[in-house]
Amino acid sequence: MPETETLDEAKRIMQICNACRYCEGYCAVFPAMTKRLNFNDGDVTYLANLCHGCQGCYYACQYAPPHEFAVNVPKTFAKLRGETYRDYAWPGIFKKLFEGNGKWVALIVVALTVIVTGLTYAIQGVDVVSGVYKGEGSFYKVIPHDVIVYVASAPFLFAILAFFVGLMKFWKDIGAKPMDLLHPRALTKALKDAGQMKYMGGGGHGCNYPDDNYSMGRRVAHQFTMWGFLLCFAATSVATVYHYVFGWPAPYDYFSVPVVLGTLGGIGLLIGPPGLLMIKKKADPEPQDTKQHGMDIAFLWLLFLTGLTGLALLALRETSLMGLLLAVHLGIVLGMFVTFPYGKMVHAVYRLGALIRFAHENDVKK
Amino acid sequence: MPPTAFLEPHDVLILGAGNAAMSAAITARKMGASVLMIESADKDLRGGNSRHVRNIRYSHNAATDYVTGAYEASEYMTDLMRVTDGNTNEELMRFMIEASEDCADWMIEQGIKFQPPLSGTLGLARTNAFFLGGGKAMMNSYFKTCEKLGIDIVFEAEVEDVEMEGSKFVAAQVRHKGELHRVEARTVVLASGGFEANIEWLKEGWGDIAENFLVRGSPMNTGKVLRSMLNNGAKSVGVPEQCHAVAIDGRAPQFDGGISTRVDCVIFSVVVNKNGDRFYDEGEDIWPKRYAIWGRLVAKQPDQVAYAVIDSKSMGLFMPTVYSPIQSDTLAGLAEQLGVDAPTMEKTIADYNAGVQPGDFNATEPDGCHTEGVEPKKSNWARKIDTPPYYGYPVKMGITFTYLGLEVNKRAQVFMNDDKPAQNIWAAGEIMAGNILGQGYAGGTGMAIGNVFGRIAGEEAARHARN
Ligand SMILES: Cc1cc2nc3c(=O)[nH]c(=O)nc-3n(C[C@H](O)[C@H](O)[C@H](O)COP(=O)(O)OP(=O)(O)OC[C@H]3O[C@@H](n4cnc5c(N)ncnc54)[C@H](O)[C@@H]3O)c2cc1C
Repeated sequence: MPETETLDEAKRIMQICNACRYCEGYCAVFPAMTKRLNFNDGDVTYLANLCHGCQGCYYACQYAPPHEFAVNVPKTFAKLRGETYRDYAWPGIFKKLFEGNGKWVALIVVALTVIVTGLTYAIQGVDVVSGVYKGEGSFYKVIPHDVIVYVASAPFLFAILAFFVGLMKFWKDIGAKPMDLLHPRALTKALKDAGQMKYMGGGGHGCNYPDDNYSMGRRVAHQFTMWGFLLCFAATSVATVYHYVFGWPAPYDYFSVPVVLGTLGGIGLLIGPPGLLMIKKKADPEPQDTKQHGMDIAFLWLLFLTGLTGLALLALRETSLMGLLLAVHLGIVLGMFVTFPYGKMVHAVYRLGALIRFAHENDVKK
Repeated sequence: MPPTAFLEPHDVLILGAGNAAMSAAITARKMGASVLMIESADKDLRGGNSRHVRNIRYSHNAATDYVTGAYEASEYMTDLMRVTDGNTNEELMRFMIEASEDCADWMIEQGIKFQPPLSGTLGLARTNAFFLGGGKAMMNSYFKTCEKLGIDIVFEAEVEDVEMEGSKFVAAQVRHKGELHRVEARTVVLASGGFEANIEWLKEGWGDIAENFLVRGSPMNTGKVLRSMLNNGAKSVGVPEQCHAVAIDGRAPQFDGGISTRVDCVIFSVVVNKNGDRFYDEGEDIWPKRYAIWGRLVAKQPDQVAYAVIDSKSMGLFMPTVYSPIQSDTLAGLAEQLGVDAPTMEKTIADYNAGVQPGDFNATEPDGCHTEGVEPKKSNWARKIDTPPYYGYPVKMGITFTYLGLEVNKRAQVFMNDDKPAQNIWAAGEIMAGNILGQGYAGGTGMAIGNVFGRIAGEEAARHARN
């Protein structure tokens, strides 16, 4: 559970908001708030993670500073989310990675990339790495398929486990029952709301981001990022099925399913993250927890570099640069998976959890 | 140094920058006039009382994305005639209501956003359109439109006096950063609100008890422009004690507490004064129909304060409050914490409990659960106060806005005491709301009055200045 000070501030603010309710049209947070009379620690932790940070309610607030009520929902909830990410991190010793997270993530990713690339050269020798290969199984001449699979899947599976443990702790603290997580209608609704990023919508007009103008910019950039990532993930999954089920080794044709998905996903990651970085740079710091910017920026760069090296590998796979690019791409992907449970990626886990809870509450209370 | 905008006379000078002022400024600017707005608040607290609003009541013939059904002009008229008890300029009222039909569309054109009807729309979902995010979001959109159109605005500039030659406006005396400047213009629109934040003036109507009133909205609405106009021979409408006032939490800030300070538990409670005595039927009618009379009722009690007492049975039946209730396991303990005479309050509640008749309690509509043999009677929602913990809310009168203002006609022209309109002066909003609201109120009317007369004032002033 996050720190008392932030929890208390969130509770103080929610009591004011619940007596006003002018912001009910912006997002899910306020309708969820109105279902409650009092707010305990779990309630505000839930509401904070339901908040998409669109900031509409900050600029609309008659009680925002300098008013003596000093209401700042997006900033307080951002802080609380930051504390959620840290406190539900598993195993507990890695909580520290959320202090100065941007630097940690950068360090881990760079280190892993250097190690993977260095080892590739050391083990295979320069001649093999810079060879030109064509046709089936050419990647595996530089790094054997099994090595790629183990190196990538071990941290990935561990990340899934860590996400799950964190989510279950969060789920218990916000007062929900384990089986509610799998409620079919709630799950469908939550996935739909997440897929459309409905609540980055300011009631259909967009976020008040980077300033008090309504803009779809953030939602669009986030959609490129999220769907870019998901398409890349889908590409890898299809390729894995091709390999193990059908016995078709990579590389695949430019118009094959995995390559098309991966290319689209990679393009998404080339557009989305820089877009988000750019608007973040212009953003008004008042409604934000600026201490988390390091975490956000590191994650966006990581996604961008994943997309960039992936596409470069695709484009240059029949040249002598393939070996180097493969090693670098693998290193970055490895860094991404390793830092998944200890970086910005966790926002997706708790956000989705909060959306399921919201959908479930609405479904049941009907 | 005066702000550069003060140096050159504009076609239209607008005093204030709330909803009425914006409606005038944007209309005048779109007709090609040069426009200067003078506003006493700073940028952070701009928007006057309009920054506190929730919705606008306007006539419409069909449901839209923002209202659930038709609200014909005739029904609007019936409603306003009832709440004002006919204390109005009927012709002006009818005109305002008919003209209100395109208020929402006009506002949308200025970038203002409405929300779909939701749970919190307080039973007004058919008659009123609700601003997405409320009044401050609405004002933000107005200010953006002003910027785009090239309307000059000077903040932290308070009009102290209006200079006239006969019935003609010449200049405004404006204090900006401590210095007094004379600002000339070809025409002027007065949209600087009422005098609800001027306790001294309120005392003229209410006497010293006004010292204990809380002001729900802007501290800037002190009525300096209105006073200056009256001194210059403008004709007034209404009386100083008429205003919109409600019962709010007694712990609210002196100014700008806004909507969140309301206390909605009265109908489920027993309300006592400092001495521990009841003084009015708490359950006369549903709360939205009664909250506006309770401000006055409380104002008549000793120290202008009262205390609504409920027990744990009623918790959760009304809108949550911004301040937590004062709580105790005994009525005597509660009385002590509230500062109410404890023996009397205990007796009052014991008598009340003894008078409660059996019935089927229903929180959502008048349920006939009443008392007998108690004075005053409680007509609905009467249940025994007997289940601790007990809760108490101090309530005081919160004034929303005053009705004494300037007499105008359908063209929003300000009248002089000789019953002739001034040559180049128009008024809109609270400063002239008393023409329509002699007494009483229906939620959302303030915005409609400001928008309808603001647009007319802007149009008339622009046309006059350019001829
Ligand atoms: C809590 C609350 C909730 C309300 N809710 C609603 C609602 O939901 N719907 C509705 O229709 N009405 C509502 N009202 C009433 C509504 O606010 C007013 O009717 C309306 O805002 C009046 O608009 P206006 O432009 O005349 O005045 P204002 O918006 O108050 O604007 C007047 C402006 O003039 C400025 N000013 C004052 N004196 C001077 C001076 N000497 N020099 C320069 N500038 C000056 C002020 O700073 C202010 O900005 C509410 C009021 C309150 C307090």
